[in-house]
Amino acid sequence: MTKKQRKVLYRILAAALLMAVLHFVPAEGYLRFVLYLIPYFIIGGDILKKAVLGIAHGEVFDENFLMAVATLGAMLLGVYNESQGRAGEFSEGVAVMLFYQIGELFQSVAVGKSRRNITALMDIRPDYANVENEDGSLEQADPDDVRIGTTIVVRPGEKIPIDGVVMQGTSTLNTSALTGESVPREVHDGQAVISGCVNLTGLLKIRTTKEFGESTVSKILDLVENSSMKKARAENFITKFARYYTPAVCYSALALAILPSAVNLLLGNSADWSVWIIRALTFLVISCPCALVISIPLSFFGGIGGASANGILVKGSNYLEALAKTRYVVFDKTGTLTKGVFQVTGIYPSGESGERLLECAACAESYSTHPIGRSIREAYGQEIGAERVTDVEEMGGHGVIACVDGLQVAAGSEKLMRRLGLGCPENTEAGTVVHVAIDGRYAGYILISDVIKEQSVQAVRALKGMGVKKTVMLTGDSRTAADCVAEKIGVDDVESELLPADKVEAVEKLLTEKAPGERLAFVGDGINDAPVLSRADIGVAMGALGSDAAIEAADIVLMDDNPMKLALAMRISRKCLRIVYENIVFALAVKAVCLFLGALGIANMWLAVFADVGVMVLAVLNAVRCLKVKPIK
Amino acid sequence: MKRTYKIEVDCANCALKMEDAAKKVEGVQDAAVSFMTQKMKVEFAEGADEDSVMQTVRKACKRVESDCEIYLV
Repeated sequence: MTKKQRKVLYRILAAALLMAVLHFVPAEGYLRFVLYLIPYFIIGGDILKKAVLGIAHGEVFDENFLMAVATLGAMLLGVYNESQGRAGEFSEGVAVMLFYQIGELFQSVAVGKSRRNITALMDIRPDYANVENEDGSLEQADPDDVRIGTTIVVRPGEKIPIDGVVMQGTSTLNTSALTGESVPREVHDGQAVISGCVNLTGLLKIRTTKEFGESTVSKILDLVENSSMKKARAENFITKFARYYTPAVCYSALALAILPSAVNLLLGNSADWSVWIIRALTFLVISCPCALVISIPLSFFGGIGGASANGILVKGSNYLEALAKTRYVVFDKTGTLTKGVFQVTGIYPSGESGERLLECAACAESYSTHPIGRSIREAYGQEIGAERVTDVEEMGGHGVIACVDGLQVAAGSEKLMRRLGLGCPENTEAGTVVHVAIDGRYAGYILISDVIKEQSVQAVRALKGMGVKKTVMLTGDSRTAADCVAEKIGVDDVESELLPADKVEAVEKLLTEKAPGERLAFVGDGINDAPVLSRADIGVAMGALGSDAAIEAADIVLMDDNPMKLALAMRISRKCLRIVYENIVFALAVKAVCLFLGALGIANMWLAVFADVGVMVLAVLNAVRCLKVKPIK
Repeated sequence: MKRTYKIEVDCANCALKMEDAAKKVEGVQDAAVSFMTQKMKVEFAEGADEDSVMQTVRKACKRVESDCEIYLV
């Protein structure tokens, strides 16, 4: 509890105690009124002051004003009854104020607590950096004060405070604070590391390459902290709603206080002023829009917090809201649905054994720096003795011919085979084919292609299950490769052989296709697709860990490269929106019923306080649910 | 020029009021208040003197919400 909240608590206790004592004090008439004024001012003094200040500053219709008018009115009604010779009721006005304050206190504590919970969830800020001095001693410094090029030491269990390069030491890092996944990552000297990871096993000496303010941690913190500044439509709706709602309620209350009595007077009946005034005051207490005003931003904040704990950074409530309405998802292929790395996916020997084929190809490619050569060597996986390979001849773009263990081995394209006068089967499969000839005979081919991520199929199916109408894959790759991947993953549509500008066009075409309330999300790896990311309703960058450009360009950032995270993000946004609507409907419905009952005189002040404070508390508790995210299997 | 200030405000509605008040101050291009992170982000108009503008913003906010605070450091 903050100091302010504690002060309110003491005031509540004091006023409640006084009320209890006054109940047994045998004072009569106006003396009772004066006595009840003491707890009234203790508990409601600040509300009255704020109401007066509000009026003085032209901010008339706020909740302070409503409460002040309602309770003062109730007190004055008691005075009026006394003057008519009846016993006046003073405790009600004080009690309403008391309960209002209890509710406010509860709400402020609950909101404060969940606010801190959410912020703690997102807090990846390192507290200090161990700077190594020239004599080798360590000194704890504020990360903000560490300059580029400083050597810092990160012990096991500590967070890496600033982006840098490992100079000494090997260790495993836990990236879960950034990605939400606790898959440890191996690092050794020479490798770049990013701030926010927790060092698990070994001591690391790191030379910083960025200032703290430019480091990954700062960038992410900045983004999340600013996210609640971009307001969702539902939030703006409530702001606008409150602007018209409160004055409307005040005028209705005024009408309720005056009109029925006036009509009665005209008809010659007794006016019953006090009955209608008390109904009008009840009306005022019920009407307070606090439940909505507080619970909706809290819901969005909770949703964003829950998402960021799972490695999904959402740059604003508006994007979270839009994500729930996404019906079209457009994927980039390479790096998004596929791993973006080349691997040997098939060995098709003819005559030789598969192992022998791979071994020969790997030997022939042993000096190659081409990604294809590298992937063949990786697939082979064994050391190749340099003495085995001689007379290597690179055939510029076609492949390589080398002498392996005394036999001539050629590995390369169809053209290379033709040049050697060998026939080879027609290529029908997606990917790159490396034909191999050993000692002048055709020996088979090795298929190398980009590998589909394990979660891609699952992700597309999950999105479909959540009501996404159409999934599209865009790629610059050849048609055969694209169609093959698309079929395996199960996307609805595929457009291949696109240049970056064509991708924008393709997205624009889809944008015109969709219905007005629907949203289109584009998912890319953040490299080269900034224009598409910004053109789509929601730009999602994937695998953004360590890529500043992706973090800047996208609206939603998936820190690791698991496409299932998109489905998770959608589920979070759906849940969040559902809670927001639940709260809107619940609060308005309860208020409408209570207002109606209040106007008829069935609801008294007590029910009114429930309708205000009770609804608010329930709405806040409901909003806090947004924070809880079920992990995806 | 954008800057973020730490603020203290008790209720979401009050935060909205502060935002509205800050937006009306001369020299402020745009302002956003986040009740949740207790921060105010101000985008200054070109050539505006940040310090004096923020003094006015603080006063304007105090007018609409007497117990709010903006930390100007």
